[in-house]
Amino acid sequence: MKSMYDNEMELNFISKSNNEAFARITVAAFAAQLDPTIEELADIKTAVSEAVTNCIIHGYEDREGTVRIKAKLLENTLEVEIADNGKGIEDIELARKPLYTTKGNLERSGMGFTIMESFMDKVEIQSVVGIGTKIVMKKTIKKEQKQEIIEEEKNALIN
Amino acid sequence: MNIKFDEVDKLLCIQITEEIDHHTTEKLRRKMDYEITRFMPREVVFDFSKVSFMDSAGIGLLIGRYKLAKLLGGTTKIVNSSRAVKKMLEMSGVVRIIPVEEDEKVG
Repeated sequence: MKSMYDNEMELNFISKSNNEAFARITVAAFAAQLDPTIEELADIKTAVSEAVTNCIIHGYEDREGTVRIKAKLLENTLEVEIADNGKGIEDIELARKPLYTTKGNLERSGMGFTIMESFMDKVEIQSVVGIGTKIVMKKTIKKEQKQEIIEEEKNALIN
Repeated sequence: MNIKFDEVDKLLCIQITEEIDHHTTEKLRRKMDYEITRFMPREVVFDFSKVSFMDSAGIGLLIGRYKLAKLLGGTTKIVNSSRAVKKMLEMSGVVRIIPVEEDEKVG
């Protein structure tokens, strides 16, 4: 069956913290097809890093599980789904609040969702206690940049 | 991580040389706490010139070290942060606690 998206990818990995960098770099490389600016790419990397970290430390609480990422491109919009089969979030509204954290002892700032929301255009949280959590984020890449800036940034990205 | 300590001014410069996320913070935290307690600096300077990425894990890391340095009688500042790192420092409110200075030569 033909996909309704221009491009799609899936990535599954074990919930080990050294996969956080792998996950954000992979999604950023996939999103690079939309010719984002360095800043837009940094926003995507950061949001992915926050969501994957949440799966590892909150969803699985450092037990081993699978983190699943699906990324899709449609026109100039990136959609990223990041899901775990961990313990789920009891109160989503509370979890979204800036500075709210259940892991203050680990020096967690409680800014994860706030950052995802400010760096991406749209963030949806679906969670069932005991089943898992899925975050769906969207970001539209602005198209008005000059071609030379895009070229310059592409070169910087390669280096 | 590169460490430089100026005995005369009691200035501890910590140059972070990796991306800052949940995975890297634990090791960074241990190393930084060791150096800060060992030298008891008058000022801790975090040099971000070699940090290309930082997520919210860095916020906790910086605030925690700021508190430790303060407890030991020292101040803290951040220098040479990239645009992306600066965005994180600003939106998280770290800039209201730890001064962020532009383009400073360290060491």
